[in-house]
Amino acid sequence: MAGTSEPGRPRWLAGVMPYKEMGYWKPDYVPEDSDIIAAFRITPQDGVEPEEAAAAVAGESSTATWTVVWTDRLTAHDNYQAKAYKVIPVPNSSPPSYIAYIAYKHDLFEEGSIANLTSSIIGNVFGFKALKALRLEDMHIPREYIKTYDGPPHGIITEREMVNKYGRPLLGATTKPKLGLSPRNYGRVVYEALRGGLDFVKDDENINSQNFNRWRDRYLYCMEAVHRAEEVTGEVKGHYLNVTAATMEDMYERAEFAKELGSVIIMIDLTIGFTAMTSMSKWARKNGLILHLHRAGYATYARQKNHGVNFRVLSKWCRLLGVDHIHSGTVVGKLEGDPNAIQGYYNTLREDKVAVNPVQGIYFEQDWAHMPGVMPVASGGIHAGQMHQLLHYLGEDCVLQFGGGTIGHPMGVAAGATANRVAVEAMIQARNEGRDYFKEGPDILKKAAKTCSPLASALEVWGDITFDFESTDVPDVLELPTPVS
Amino acid sequence: MGTGLKITQGTFSYLPDLSDDEIRAQIQYGIDNGWAVAIEYTDDPHPRNSYWDMWGMPMFDLEDAAGGMHEVTRCREAFPNQYIKVSLYNAKLTKQTIALQFIVQRPGHEPGFRLVRQEGADRQIRYTMEAYAAQKPHGDRYAD
Amino acid sequence: MAQGITPEKLISPPHQGTGMYKGGSNVDDRFGADKASEEFSEYTDPLREIPDDLEVDAQKLFADSKVKEVLEKLDSDLVALENVKERISEIAHLLLIDRLRRSIGLEAEPPTLHMSFTGNPGTGKTTVASRMGQILWKLGYIRKGHVVTASRDDLVGQYVGHTAPKTREVIKRAMGGVLFIDEAYNIYRLDNERDYGQETVEMLLEVMENDRQDLVVVMAGYRDKMDRFFSDVPGISSRIAHHVDFPDYSAPELLDIGRMMLDAQRYRFSSDAEQAFQDYLSLRLNRPHFANGRSVRNALDRARMRQAIRLYDSAESGRKLTKKDLVTIEADDILASRVFDDLHQTSESENNTGNGLAGTNVKSRKTAGSKGKK
Repeated sequence: MAGTSEPGRPRWLAGVMPYKEMGYWKPDYVPEDSDIIAAFRITPQDGVEPEEAAAAVAGESSTATWTVVWTDRLTAHDNYQAKAYKVIPVPNSSPPSYIAYIAYKHDLFEEGSIANLTSSIIGNVFGFKALKALRLEDMHIPREYIKTYDGPPHGIITEREMVNKYGRPLLGATTKPKLGLSPRNYGRVVYEALRGGLDFVKDDENINSQNFNRWRDRYLYCMEAVHRAEEVTGEVKGHYLNVTAATMEDMYERAEFAKELGSVIIMIDLTIGFTAMTSMSKWARKNGLILHLHRAGYATYARQKNHGVNFRVLSKWCRLLGVDHIHSGTVVGKLEGDPNAIQGYYNTLREDKVAVNPVQGIYFEQDWAHMPGVMPVASGGIHAGQMHQLLHYLGEDCVLQFGGGTIGHPMGVAAGATANRVAVEAMIQARNEGRDYFKEGPDILKKAAKTCSPLASALEVWGDITFDFESTDVPDVLELPTPVS
Repeated sequence: MGTGLKITQGTFSYLPDLSDDEIRAQIQYGIDNGWAVAIEYTDDPHPRNSYWDMWGMPMFDLEDAAGGMHEVTRCREAFPNQYIKVSLYNAKLTKQTIALQFIVQRPGHEPGFRLVRQEGADRQIRYTMEAYAAQKPHGDRYAD
Repeated sequence: MAQGITPEKLISPPHQGTGMYKGGSNVDDRFGADKASEEFSEYTDPLREIPDDLEVDAQKLFADSKVKEVLEKLDSDLVALENVKERISEIAHLLLIDRLRRSIGLEAEPPTLHMSFTGNPGTGKTTVASRMGQILWKLGYIRKGHVVTASRDDLVGQYVGHTAPKTREVIKRAMGGVLFIDEAYNIYRLDNERDYGQETVEMLLEVMENDRQDLVVVMAGYRDKMDRFFSDVPGISSRIAHHVDFPDYSAPELLDIGRMMLDAQRYRFSSDAEQAFQDYLSLRLNRPHFANGRSVRNALDRARMRQAIRLYDSAESGRKLTKKDLVTIEADDILASRVFDDLHQTSESENNTGNGLAGTNVKSRKTAGSKGKK
């Protein structure tokens, strides 16, 4: 870490000097419209002042190294240096932490490369000894930089037109058990769920091509199931065929086969990495398939409040590099997530213009320059009895996935699917009629269950199940940051 | 011909058929959101039949659902044995597509679809699907 | 959607769209009436089976409907038109009692509310028609308070197949509210049997008969021409329940109107000016192209212009202006009108009739100025 400040020390004298004094702390700096701005939660080591910690993060995530280098003078270093320009203490934090605002010129990042963007912004700095902990809370992406990305291969509007379904959340389920089923049995679950009323069924993140269920066989049976279900419902149906594999070549091969079989959608896992995701995005755009992303592994760095990358930032990166679906939390289900923060993720993924919203943890205004939206997916521990809450918190442009809530239904998989479909349609109808569906939700469901016995038994089995744990990450409502136009 | 099936395209297909008052309420919801009201009909309900025939132009300037119901009624009178659906269209920037769509009339008997499999090498199967009704020419479909 | 954006529309409750006024089968529940109706729906012959001593809460319904306020506001906002107000009051009472009957299951055909408004220009027909939208909405007779105004050009097409969609478009837009057809007789040209207006008339007849629960049609125009229209197309006349005649205003009524208009625009007459305006009205009444309220508005617009010029000139010459100056119309601002020219035997010609805007050109401005100094 840089030493203490020496008054009057020349800027270009060889040796070590504080980052602050090398130009990485500029409290007067006014960000330009075209800057990328990051909000970091920094927890400095004892004795390190927050401005210096912020400057160090700015330096290490842009041009700096630990000592003065004269070769800076061969560049327009004022332009390339990131600038920490504001540090706000987080109230009641122990050890003390701060939100540091750092502005970057977009020249610093390669066009259309999340790999490059992340190598800079989260590349070195998280291991920095001067910090106890570091977390990237939010990023503002300027239009200039957004326009260098392709974005979702299709987006919400085109997906709805492809599957011919409007005005309600789409319904899905993950095949269970996620491991162990032979391809033929696996396809049976898919068929039953789709014919019962779901729009999509899904491979889980870890079903790729194991010895009990090789990918090619699974694809064949799943697509038989999809076509059979289309025959008996007259609707477009889909199964997310997971193409995640060890190499790009394998993934392309699987994706090509899914396309040949007539699938409308494939899926990938976050574990394949940003570059592989971007490649698959371009493939999906070119080949006309919807691209579903399972955020496998994200919680390893997104969950804890003082460390890692907040999911809202990951959401932005995924919208830029281009996926059509992304798992984004359920509010009421079994997986972590504060309701306000999750609404913030959903807005970030779907809307064209997102306003600053401290309650939802949104630090910056974000203008997506008309880049199509990503369909958020709510999956994990949700059931038909929560339909009013799901619609209230998550809105209608999303996929609700009821895995256990479909496959675990006492009357069978198809009945489970029907229960979910009836519940969502009844709730949409009530909402559109102007009823207070959030409050009257249980009554609305009960009434719909009168003409739908599968829904009646679903309500009986799961009616009261909730997962009410305290969230590990609730947004701090800090002072309103200066909006970036 | 078998027992047939109820095709489940459109929101609300899993609920009991909507009454006219319930249809009117949904149309009013669309009008109150500033959406246009469009009515379409077809005798070929293939799920990928994107272009049902338009019953006149979308209605952009309604204040009240009665105007939409008026056209639903006229369309039903003209095509008593075809599928009719109502679409509410949102023309807002970045939302430009149908915002809600639902079926408001079905033929008395829905014979459903025939799935044809063409077996190929390596166990691959090519699928194609056709509405039984579409095997007859326009005008003769859903006559019963 | 330029028409019909009324405050009432903005506050209309969200459930409003679902409550249909439809022969009583599903009455709008704005006043909690439908619950009672459901309760009594089991009676097959309500006239005989519902006990005669069943009580109805008339007071609550009257209070909820705010009918009193509505009528009082109409009375205070509109000068004179006593017979018009009376007719509207009658209609309001009919609708209230109809609703009360319906609330205990005494169903009847919904009353016909199509109207004709006859009278000379400027007698308040359009104003009252636009009020009717709100009044009928408050009384629960129509679902929206909007008024769609249409004339022949909006309804009748230019070629074969053009008229029906045009007319239907207007009708659908007006549904849930009021369709106001100005100079309705222009639609129909008896002398030309190939005129497309015939088609419009037939379509209007059909909706006036079959879609009464969705639409109120108000036809307006000169008395004599409307009478001829009704005798030419008897079907129309028989479907109109309320023929309302709008008489010309008397001079004192016109003065009241003028005062109200000025007040709304934050002006007032000086006492001399009021006398002058009275004189003006009695002269103007007998001149050609007199258009009642509209002529009053035009005269006041011109007076405001003359006041502006007078104030400008006086400020130019160094006088300090006060608020009082800004809000006061003086006698001179009125007396400069050409209507007084005949009286003063001036030579200025009358080729510009009373509706022309005197004072808009430099010449009249000078005239005005010089007269003021006399």
